[in-house]
Amino acid sequence: MADSKDFTAGVDSNAKKSPRRIVFITRRTSAQVKAESEDQIQTFPEVLFRAAVAIMALATVLIWIALIFNAPLEGLADPSHTPNPAKAPWYFLGLQEMLHYFPPVVAGVLVPGLVVMALIVIPYFKVNIEADGLFLKDREKRLRIFYVVATALSLFLLLFKVYAALVPTVIMAVIMLLAAQSSPQSPSKFRRYLANRPLSYWVMTWFLFELVVLTAIGTFFRGPGWAWVWPWQGTL
Amino acid sequence: MAKTVDQYFDQLQQTRVWRSIFRSGTGSSTLKRALAIQQNVFLHLFSTKVRTRMLSFSATWYLGTLTLGTFLILVATGIPLMLYYHPSAPQAYADTKDLQFVVSSGMFLRNLHRWSAHAMVFLVFAHMFKVFYRGAYRTPREFNWVIGVILLLITLLLSYTGYLLPWDQLAYWAITVGSNIASAVPVVGEKIHFLLLGGNAVNANALLRFYVLHCMILPLTAIFFVAIHFWRIRKDGGLYSHGSEPATVRAAAEIPTSPASGEKWGTPSGGALNPKGGN
Repeated sequence: MADSKDFTAGVDSNAKKSPRRIVFITRRTSAQVKAESEDQIQTFPEVLFRAAVAIMALATVLIWIALIFNAPLEGLADPSHTPNPAKAPWYFLGLQEMLHYFPPVVAGVLVPGLVVMALIVIPYFKVNIEADGLFLKDREKRLRIFYVVATALSLFLLLFKVYAALVPTVIMAVIMLLAAQSSPQSPSKFRRYLANRPLSYWVMTWFLFELVVLTAIGTFFRGPGWAWVWPWQGTL
Repeated sequence: MAKTVDQYFDQLQQTRVWRSIFRSGTGSSTLKRALAIQQNVFLHLFSTKVRTRMLSFSATWYLGTLTLGTFLILVATGIPLMLYYHPSAPQAYADTKDLQFVVSSGMFLRNLHRWSAHAMVFLVFAHMFKVFYRGAYRTPREFNWVIGVILLLITLLLSYTGYLLPWDQLAYWAITVGSNIASAVPVVGEKIHFLLLGGNAVNANALLRFYVLHCMILPLTAIFFVAIHFWRIRKDGGLYSHGSEPATVRAAAEIPTSPASGEKWGTPSGGALNPKGGN
């Protein structure tokens, strides 16, 4: 840099808005520096009012549900009589579905532990900071890596016969291949969208897809002995 | 001439008692409205102003607000439920039956509590994914994302501990299945399992522990972290919107814009010292 000053000075001449304010912004400025003024609205009462309306709308829906549907209550807890299947709450049924395929230390400890770790470190790694479409840069190299990872993952799931997780993985791989073949200048809006998705988007969407599919299978498609049943077969 | 309700309310706000309670004073000037937030022990967690664009439904889907709403409903229904409940086996089951068939509106209370609990778990997940896809965890909001992950775990634990309390077959075996996973932790698994249940199997001790966790420890922990979560929104510069970020931050995290989707919030330019700003 030619000049030695490490800051720039600006004067806001709008005396009504910021009387006698001189701004110094250093080059290595902190991210909290407010860069632009834009329309703002008072929290009290406007924003609080909206929040209250949103919460009341939610309460209305929940109250209707509570009036129409009764919470389940079965017989008294009986340690000597195990229901078949014994199911965890719905948000753990994805895990329980995993337990069906893998030993507890993998499905019950390693996988959820890694998921929580991964969620925590998301903002500290530059996973989504570089927000370019995955296949727009280093295309050949990234495609090779993608093929290796997708094939390895699919073979692993196939080996353990985890078809419930394999199917979403394969579907995601196909969509990613479509993204690799799409250009940001494509006439199709959907293809343009796919082409611009970064790596983090694909990883998170795959995770979300697996979460939804495994939870739905555990909830609706598992009967006695954790065998596959169709929801309309009504085993109990 | 009869006074309007507004006039009565104004008069009330001028009284010495009212003024002694609410420090921010009266009136509807911008200053007073800002003070109404700043001078309030609860509301001061929030910023006094919010970017107008962040109020549109598509910006956040109000998922965080709605999650708070389910939490409030759960507290409001949970406390009356506690009045009719003994955390002992098998009395807990009889109490739940009484709630269903004897207590006035007991069935409704229990229904609302249970469905709101499911809704809260769902909304927390939805909130997390929405924040991720918006990229709202980026600098300087990393730590608030971590607090959010902690709150996700607390929410799951709250729901899970509440699941045992009716002491029916559904509750008993769901907790048995879930707590057995803890045993799978290498080396200390059995110890954790024992600590969680107060025994080697789900029994009366486990019910009491889950009750204390569900009604005392976890809600207080949740309130503690929710307070930090809200406060950090203000300290980290308000609700994230890509177009409002300082140019330096945006340059580091530039989202490529396709011709069709475009810059969603419509502030394509504007440097750090652009006096006109984006909008």
